[in-house]
Amino acid sequence: MAITYEPIATETVVGSSTNSVSFTGISGAYTDIVFVCEIVASGDVSTRIRFNSDTGSNYSQTDLRGNGSSATSTRTSSAAQISLGVGTATNQTNVIGSINNYSNATTYKTVLLRFNNPAEFTGARVGLWRNTNAITGIEFFVSAGNWVAGSTFTLYGIKAA
Amino acid sequence: MTPVYKLSASSVTGRTNYGSMLAGNPAFVPTDFESIATVTVGSGGTGNITFSSIPSTYTHLQIRAICKSNQTGTSGEFEGLALRFNSDTNSNYAHHFIRGSGAAATAGSSASQAFMSIGLQPDTGYSSVSQMFSAQILDILDYANTNKYKTVRNLNGFDSNNTGTNVGALQLSSGLWMSTSAITSIELSSGGSFNRGFTQYTQFALYGIKGA
Repeated sequence: MAITYEPIATETVVGSSTNSVSFTGISGAYTDIVFVCEIVASGDVSTRIRFNSDTGSNYSQTDLRGNGSSATSTRTSSAAQISLGVGTATNQTNVIGSINNYSNATTYKTVLLRFNNPAEFTGARVGLWRNTNAITGIEFFVSAGNWVAGSTFTLYGIKAA
Repeated sequence: MTPVYKLSASSVTGRTNYGSMLAGNPAFVPTDFESIATVTVGSGGTGNITFSSIPSTYTHLQIRAICKSNQTGTSGEFEGLALRFNSDTNSNYAHHFIRGSGAAATAGSSASQAFMSIGLQPDTGYSSVSQMFSAQILDILDYANTNKYKTVRNLNGFDSNNTGTNVGALQLSSGLWMSTSAITSIELSSGGSFNRGFTQYTQFALYGIKGA
């Protein structure tokens, strides 16, 4: 029986000066990519994602979140990244996201993710990368400062029949 | 496959010794998340999509998709993603949702419906972002259990970079099918009358998840 859902790679932050983690050379052997991030930042900053080293304003996102007293929704258009979540130096953030059909060369790529900062909020987000290229590189980076040692980033591949 | 030799006094010479019974072979890893079937829509689009003869050998099902309705529009709208189980056209379906529109969080529900509205997707009217598709991750829990009704959850959404009439949404959806029958078929459709299909490049992949 072929393995359908398998880990591709994991990066664990060592030290206190890491502000970017990149996965490159991602093969097109899977149908979907799932990413799992368990992160602590050095300050009240946002962890972000972008693809294939594209730093242009080709990303947008719509989210839904609850902060304990209200539910809100916001949209960001023509941005240089998709935001994954905001954490603080004392509150961990976890993010589980999926990039369905990441390797087709015809459609823009849509990202679905759930993000949680358990001390502050929970939410979900849809992001768009306006590019039809297959995703071969994924970069996680932080808006300012660094991540704390022990923060982890893992990619999984899901393969359809 | 590398053979494993039974050691004897006459056969130990020239053999490679391993510390594991795997004898240098990769470990067999049983998979608990298996691909059952995949539909990719070709040129010209398609009508409703059906997965049939679903075996009851799993505990849960998951459908992972990118999809877009084949309904045309002039400035872009969104349409529902809907499903039916076992060809049941009676009013046995209900759903709830909470949605982020980019401006507000809203919620809604519907009961006693002839199909389950379980997600949002764009139609083909977003001409300036024609390559945009929704993404869907549906879980159908305990689908083969014959003692209880069936529940579904879906994380779904799309974003058009603020282009069109309804420019995108993120939605959490839940659905109920009031039947104790094991699910053996799933029909997927678009629109408010369960009569619209999907445009080219739509893909639905059905997976089975095993329990212990």
